[in-house]
Amino acid sequence: MVGASLAGLSAARSLRGQGYDGRLVVIGDEIHRPYDRPPLSKEFLAGTLGEADLVLETDDEELGAEWLLGARATGLDRAERTVRLADGREVRADGIVIATGAAARTLPGSEGLAGVHTLRTLDDARALRAELARGGRLVVIGGGFIGAEVASTAYALGLDVTVVEAAPTPLAGPLGETMGAIVSGLHADHGVRLLCGVGVKGLSGESRVDAVLMEDGRSVPADIVVVGVGARPCVEWLAGCGVELDNGVKCGADGRTSLAGVIAVGDCANWYDPRAGAHRRVEHWTGARERPAAAVATLLAGGAVEPGVPRPPYFWSDQYGVKIQFSGHAAGADSVTIEEGTAQDRDVLAVYRRAGIPVAVLGMNQPRLFVRWRKQLAAAS
Amino acid sequence: MIPACRLADLPRGEAFRLDIDPPVSVFHTDDGEVFAIDDTCTHQDASLADGWLEGCEVECPLHASKFDLRTGRVDAPPAKLPVRTHEVVIEDGVIYVKVSTDAPNLPPCVASRLAGGPA
Repeated sequence: MVGASLAGLSAARSLRGQGYDGRLVVIGDEIHRPYDRPPLSKEFLAGTLGEADLVLETDDEELGAEWLLGARATGLDRAERTVRLADGREVRADGIVIATGAAARTLPGSEGLAGVHTLRTLDDARALRAELARGGRLVVIGGGFIGAEVASTAYALGLDVTVVEAAPTPLAGPLGETMGAIVSGLHADHGVRLLCGVGVKGLSGESRVDAVLMEDGRSVPADIVVVGVGARPCVEWLAGCGVELDNGVKCGADGRTSLAGVIAVGDCANWYDPRAGAHRRVEHWTGARERPAAAVATLLAGGAVEPGVPRPPYFWSDQYGVKIQFSGHAAGADSVTIEEGTAQDRDVLAVYRRAGIPVAVLGMNQPRLFVRWRKQLAAAS
Repeated sequence: MIPACRLADLPRGEAFRLDIDPPVSVFHTDDGEVFAIDDTCTHQDASLADGWLEGCEVECPLHASKFDLRTGRVDAPPAKLPVRTHEVVIEDGVIYVKVSTDAPNLPPCVASRLAGGPA
């Protein structure tokens, strides 16, 4: 098992749950046992949850695994069936689960400048939390979910917050233009500045950042900068090993890779989506939790099981006290209708349709209705 | 025993929230069984009555933790602690709940609110 976060842990649980009782080695590049990432931009950053609350394993859980933590995988040898580690060790295996996740994209030229953060790992969150506690002006680069959640948390902590987004509308990719505008309207509701449609040229500051320089010549003063511009799959270590790569590890509809006995799960895995007839790399918590069961079944059966259709993707976000939930794919929709609530009250239940058929649903503080629609989406597919 | 609702008013696949403190939900499964568990997810403040009922399992409407209605056991994370289960009695077409005397596993945010403020 290469990767010790949610997808790796879920795969380990599935292996044991499906009767595998052999040796199980879990390799993780972070020194931490599996922990829950969603709170890192929310409750953990706000200080209302501690590190003990993030632990994913339960107290009485016994996976019977050997944990190699703080050990980065650097290569996979298909002939020898071994995973090579950065410290020179090698682990031989009959089956290999790739669950190396994704890493936060950074801003070129921002390396070594104090006050500039990305947020992906517990160590990132610890560092950012310590800085936010000192207060000041925060500029968030990127109006996506991580950026918006950090802005929301920092606003609640009393910081002066500005969000800058290169696209004309934040969240237009995952939610579409109309709903992206409504959800990102939460910033202005709370007096958080949102600058859209202007790219970032660079950062200014000697040893510590003091401003974000915009492409239109503006300079936005900053004591702290968070770069939230997406993530890239961590698959460099697989280059040339025979596992086909294409926006992550290219996988079948059950997580099988181009190599027999090797499966990939979680953020690094670009699974074939039979519903869409295309490969889609899903970076959601629920995908990392649910999909390993199918992939592990394939691995244990030597590829002899027929892949089922996974549930439509589902993710959530909490911003400014509003519970945002989304399921399905907005990209294929030709219409979006608010079925309940209003944009002004930020309590919409919106349904995305393609040729009249629901393909996605968005809820803002509508958990009950949202679940009903989510069930319908899953049943229809 | 606390009366919840009439069995005839709770279709299969639906849940009824009993607004006691802490709240309890009564589920009528697709197979016709009736179960009662604490309504609040043990992970964060969410109503399990609003969740996704499938077989003898309910999935939290927010973060997809799954609980077994029969035992309260966690079947899927992020929740780690079980929900309390409560005895259900159906008499003359009315569903009654015998609330467990065990301590509930409330999520940190709800537990601190209950401890700090009026009940």
